[in-house]
Amino acid sequence: MKTLIKEFAKGIVKENPTFVLALGLCPTLAVSVSVGNAVGMGCASTFVIVCSNVIIASLKKFIPDKIRIPCFIVVIAAFVTIAEMVLKAYFPLLNRALGIYVPLIVVNCIVLGRAEAFASKNTVMASLFDGLGMGAGFTLALVLISAIRELLGTGKLLDFVVFPGFEPALAVGMPSGALLVIGLLLGFFNLAKRRAR
Amino acid sequence: MNNKLIVSTSPHVHTKESTARIMWLVCLALAPAGIAGAYIFGVAALRAVLIAVVSAVCTELAIQAALKKKATISDGSAVLTGLLLGYNLPAHCPFWIPAVGAFVAIAIGKQIFGGLGQNIFNPALVGRAFLTASWPQHMTRFTAPLSFDAVTQATPLALLKENKLIGHISYLDLFLGNKGGCIGEVCVAALLIGGIFLLARGIISWHIPLTFIATTGCMYFIFGGKVLFTGDWLFAVLSGGLFLGAIFMATDYVTSPLTRKGQVIFGAGCGLLTAVIRLWGGTPEGVSYSILMMNAAAPLIDRYTKKRIFGTK
Repeated sequence: MKTLIKEFAKGIVKENPTFVLALGLCPTLAVSVSVGNAVGMGCASTFVIVCSNVIIASLKKFIPDKIRIPCFIVVIAAFVTIAEMVLKAYFPLLNRALGIYVPLIVVNCIVLGRAEAFASKNTVMASLFDGLGMGAGFTLALVLISAIRELLGTGKLLDFVVFPGFEPALAVGMPSGALLVIGLLLGFFNLAKRRAR
Repeated sequence: MNNKLIVSTSPHVHTKESTARIMWLVCLALAPAGIAGAYIFGVAALRAVLIAVVSAVCTELAIQAALKKKATISDGSAVLTGLLLGYNLPAHCPFWIPAVGAFVAIAIGKQIFGGLGQNIFNPALVGRAFLTASWPQHMTRFTAPLSFDAVTQATPLALLKENKLIGHISYLDLFLGNKGGCIGEVCVAALLIGGIFLLARGIISWHIPLTFIATTGCMYFIFGGKVLFTGDWLFAVLSGGLFLGAIFMATDYVTSPLTRKGQVIFGAGCGLLTAVIRLWGGTPEGVSYSILMMNAAAPLIDRYTKKRIFGTK
């Protein structure tokens, strides 16, 4: 049990997919405009990572090594399709806001990275917790980035006005602002890591 | 008794020239343009520049204290960044615009990269680009010259872009600064005085400013008119921030190429991009963006124009 918790916890801080592994930056840049979008994207990605990790870990003996990547993609794509259908049916507004980035979870390198680097080599239980941890880490990173961007770029947080009379810095809400905020946070975490050592 | 044998590495002969001295001389060279700006736009202009300078210095102090680095505000580079940023603002902008701009300029434009000498982009222009992208409504509302009561007026370039340039602004007005615009860019005459001073002291060379201004002028002569080769190049050269950018910002030691050949390429690239943005781009003025883009290319230009090391092929 202890190792399982360790597998979960490493995804949040020590091997955070966004700030440490620097994976999946394309959706991170694109959907971190508002906290609502970030939570939606994080949940959808977590669902896909967890399910694909479990299935791939349980199928690893049957997947021929030479064609493992196409096999992983088939599994991942199946779950992305499910996630997309659920979003379309129950959260149409969120689905519209996330747009192309929901189907693009298929090629999100966090998902494929976990399948290749972890699930294809470890047990089903370990892969389940690894997926949960990575998903949580990705979601938390998205929420952190999008909270900063929404607050500075629109003056609101989850559509509540936080500072009345604040003139939002539009640049932070624009794509350039995403690069700026992610870059600064990456630098900050690297600094913190170096200080901790 | 002091005639001991001193053994040391070169250089053995020192000049008085130092980073701090150069920075303060550039600040001095900027003074005429600031005085002209204050005369043209009134006290508001002085206030904006002052806030920018004070915020830049405070930001530098605060960051260096937080990172436990040696405070280097006495080298004048923070003052210069604040001054240049202030010159790039409309006179009647809200008080927090220069403060935020100076903070971004020093924190993100300079200290993040490791301080003076390490930055890729001109810090003042980073601040200006951030302000323009964030609060375009404040950054494009220019004060009319010699009105003293915040009457707004579009810049000559903005009028040209919208085909509203009715009548003709005389070249003399453009040269002396009787036009709408940023605080430090309007008075070409004052900028020229500062530029000649810097040239005479050998602080800048002619390579970047001349090629920058000449390329923009040539582009306008060729493409600026209704028919090729009929453009009003003098209008293009004298309006906007071309002289401020070419003399004081494109020549920044840190962010421009080191070789003379590289500086010519750099200046020509800046001029070309400025003309392209002004003629066909979405904004009326492109000097600041063109310098930022060429800043990014400066290391590449340096590598391409590096002189052959003696004894190698």
